[in-house]
Amino acid sequence: MANPNGIGASVRRVEDNRFITGRGTYTDDINRPGQTYGWFVRSPHAAAKIKSINAKKALAMPGVIAVLTGADMAADNIGGLPCGWLVKSKDGSPMKEPGHPPLANDRVRHVGDQVAFVIAATREGARDAADAVEVSYEPLKAAVDAAAALKPGAPLVHDDVPGNLCYDWEWGDKAKTDEAFKNAAHVTKLKVINNRLVPNAIEPRAAIGEYDRASDRYTLYTTTQNPHVIRLLMGAFVLHVPESKLRVVAPDVGGGFGSKIFHYAEEAVVTWAAKKTGQTIKWTCDRSESFVTDAHGRDHTTEAELAMDKNGKFLGLRVHTIASMGAYLSTFASSVPTYLYATLLAGQYSTPAIYANVKAVFTNTVPVDAYRGAGRPEACYILERIVENAAREMKLDKTEIRRRNLVPAAAMPYMTPVALQYDSGNFAHNLDVGLKAADYAGFAKRKEASAKQGKLRGIGLSTYIEACGIAPSAVAGALGARAGLYEAAEVRFHPTGTVTVFTGSHSHGQGHETTFAQVVATKLGVPFENIEIVHGDTDRIPFGMGTYGSRSIAVGGVAIVEACEKIITKSKKIAAHVLQTTADKIDFEDGVFKDKASNKTMTIAEVAFTAYVPHNFPHDTLEPGLDEQAFYDPKNFTYPNGCYVCEVEIAQDTGEVSIASFYAVDDFGKVINPMIVEGQVHGGLGQGIGQALLEHCVYDHQSGQLISGSYMDYAMPRADNLPSFNVSTTEVPCTHNVLGVKGCGEAGAIGAPAAVMNAVVDALSNLGINHIEMPATSQNVWQAMQGATKKAAD
Amino acid sequence: MREFSYHRPKSVADAAKAFSSKSEARYLAGGHSLLPAMKQRLNAPSDLIDLSAIKDLKGIKIAGGEVVIGAGTTHAEVAHSTEIKKAIPALCVLAEGIGDPQVRNRGTIGGSLANNDPASDYPAAVLGLGATVVTNKREIAADSFFKGLFETALEDGEIITAVRFPIPEKAGYAKFAQPASRFCIVGVMAAKTKSGVRVAVTGAGPGVFRATDIEKALASSFSAGASLPAVKASGLSSDIHAGAEYRAHLVGVMAKRAVAAAG
Repeated sequence: MANPNGIGASVRRVEDNRFITGRGTYTDDINRPGQTYGWFVRSPHAAAKIKSINAKKALAMPGVIAVLTGADMAADNIGGLPCGWLVKSKDGSPMKEPGHPPLANDRVRHVGDQVAFVIAATREGARDAADAVEVSYEPLKAAVDAAAALKPGAPLVHDDVPGNLCYDWEWGDKAKTDEAFKNAAHVTKLKVINNRLVPNAIEPRAAIGEYDRASDRYTLYTTTQNPHVIRLLMGAFVLHVPESKLRVVAPDVGGGFGSKIFHYAEEAVVTWAAKKTGQTIKWTCDRSESFVTDAHGRDHTTEAELAMDKNGKFLGLRVHTIASMGAYLSTFASSVPTYLYATLLAGQYSTPAIYANVKAVFTNTVPVDAYRGAGRPEACYILERIVENAAREMKLDKTEIRRRNLVPAAAMPYMTPVALQYDSGNFAHNLDVGLKAADYAGFAKRKEASAKQGKLRGIGLSTYIEACGIAPSAVAGALGARAGLYEAAEVRFHPTGTVTVFTGSHSHGQGHETTFAQVVATKLGVPFENIEIVHGDTDRIPFGMGTYGSRSIAVGGVAIVEACEKIITKSKKIAAHVLQTTADKIDFEDGVFKDKASNKTMTIAEVAFTAYVPHNFPHDTLEPGLDEQAFYDPKNFTYPNGCYVCEVEIAQDTGEVSIASFYAVDDFGKVINPMIVEGQVHGGLGQGIGQALLEHCVYDHQSGQLISGSYMDYAMPRADNLPSFNVSTTEVPCTHNVLGVKGCGEAGAIGAPAAVMNAVVDALSNLGINHIEMPATSQNVWQAMQGATKKAAD
Repeated sequence: MREFSYHRPKSVADAAKAFSSKSEARYLAGGHSLLPAMKQRLNAPSDLIDLSAIKDLKGIKIAGGEVVIGAGTTHAEVAHSTEIKKAIPALCVLAEGIGDPQVRNRGTIGGSLANNDPASDYPAAVLGLGATVVTNKREIAADSFFKGLFETALEDGEIITAVRFPIPEKAGYAKFAQPASRFCIVGVMAAKTKSGVRVAVTGAGPGVFRATDIEKALASSFSAGASLPAVKASGLSSDIHAGAEYRAHLVGVMAKRAVAAAG
């Protein structure tokens, strides 16, 4: 009998018991003996020279232990924060990697930049003292908008980076693409801005630095998605501490969405300062601080052109993108608008020629890095928006133009002109399912009904594909990644038959403790409740590259399966010995080893007991114990894909957009826990809709002050902004991993913005409006309608 | 938040006495504006005088053609009051639209009015319904109470004890919420009262104001179909959510919706 809590079952999340009863242990819940508190003095300027720092008053305040500055770090030979991906410009030169000191030296480059670190007996005391640190600044002109920062004469963010240009990169075949445009019957052009977002994980970042003089070991507790990566980057590049002397613990983490992948200055500072001052130091970010220190997302400006023949068949796509990097290169910033973006510009279409040019630009703003989807939402958005406009210009139905260009299922595996090879997917089927679910045929009637209530109704589609399960290390390495991208797992049987699984895939909302246990329950036939999943501690887990890029099940989950396979292989030998046969005669199913010849059986729990109490054991050929590790390096990316259909209503008198319905059809390959997958889709859609309609990180163009710096001005999506989602999955298994899984974490955030915005534009198209920038706030839509009315009157 | 001393007097007189004896004291009502400001260190009073234990500030009464609401009454209590729902349903609608359940269960009418945030809802009700603000010293007519951005006629240390709303013939409230804060980009209370039509606008400008042109237009016909004059953008607020022109447009739309809601 199949395991009732195994693969395919909607098992309730075991971790939720502690989360919803307030028993989670987040970094700020951890209190170490003798702990002190740190607070950062941060720059109030977007760009300034630091003339002097005077900490005298602060140091004289009660309970203040130390005030540390960039000079103290320099004296200890502390390095800058590294970037994990080398991108080369089209002329072959490496990207510019200006210094990224954990505490500023002589310059500050964005509002919120770290200037000094104050340590005191209490948190409020540290904050009081931070207010008393006197920093004398000489304010400089700031480069705020990326496009403006590229112009001659723009203020320089880094003196050693001319023109603020980090790299000028290209991808695809330029000559072939130019040729396609020459032969085009029609070219659709569109300029779009992908709005900058603030990630806003519910748990603000926090870090505790601890140093043990007896063992000369450091411990860092931190809110990260990948503790081993932090250990590697911080140990090797910043603090110059051997990994054997460094433990990084990521306990319960309250959401990340990418923003907790990166190695942040605060982690390095608390760890370094712990040894320097002999104190255990806790730093907890407050929300205002999060807004100006957590890496932001998106912020692209793109000009795109789509060349078609007279039948609307795509001949070529050309895009020019300007991407803001912010003030410094965050850990994976350089890879986001390049290898995670331009490689996806084929989308689900068989466009034969694609060329992308991307200029990455330093600005006096918070660093920009991966945020749920990371590059792929930007690619999907530009592609699906231009296809929508192309359909209108070609007078083709929005479904017809897609049908004429979708890669057929029979063409799999399909090699795109932008270097990816899609292994599987049935795109036309997803479209059919989506259109049927959404009753596409009945739209005209619904539009009429809305019109009677003074509302403009629109319908929008998006098809998306993403490269997930990041990534084959050899491929990533060839593209400039400075780390491998495998995942590690250890499956440890205990003598009495329970199992502990150690995984490098950190869980911070994804439900790994449930999903991974389901996988192990199915593979090993062990009761679900006898399986414990451990993650987030470099001292306990063999290794890990962490959680991002929808890679946990597709890479981390497969690593667990590989470790399970090793367990089964060894167990068969043990069972064969006890049952007095040979391993090749042993079958394994649902936790039972059976000798095919004699029908004698042994449960896996009995095998485990025998492994640890090896009285009757093949000592000549096997070691005792039942504990196996696996490192899994994927053979290809995985390619989740799908089709989203959204309907909106726009109030004619106010411009207010509301979502009338949203249908999501996703192909995630094999689904392990349908309930968790549905939750992931809901969350992704919420964030995608948030980007389309609400969220907008706004800087003052001159001063570089963050205007949308709190929830009073930064609009997060809430339940009443979202419709009741209608989601379904079409399972086309991934062909190159044993689970057949593709990953589901980012899909919603990738596919939703284009579906929503295409619906908005569809609703307004009768007015002659062919584009509105995100977020489509009431005012943006109202202004567009006013402009259109005025244009018609003129 | 910086250190402060905390007081919880049982009477209005004790509260006023405590206030006058301290140099940098602040009254604390629901705390939904003051406490966040203190957390951000934008405000650092020496003493907080919590008014929540004063029984005299609580309660809702209907008498003499008026709804009298104690200053310490929460938004939730107003929103769910069956008596108010019968007398001035628009007031319940307005209170139910403030913030979120947590805010409505702590925030009070007195606190909101004393703070006079230019985007808060209650000033529109007080001005639009021609209410009277009762303090521990005097009674202040709505038309004299609001003095623009976070300014009121209240003197230093003066405590609002109640608000008296004359029951109108009919009244309606319509709000266009700012998407992030859910405060008002524009909120309009339109009322047909014994002394004439009153239309009060909050959110659109630096302080609540009466839209006298709209009042005139509605005086002849207080109906949703009435033709309303266009509102001028000059003097209205602009921010990342709504420019002055959009706000001006919304005043007209919300005024129509408010009249329609009045029935």
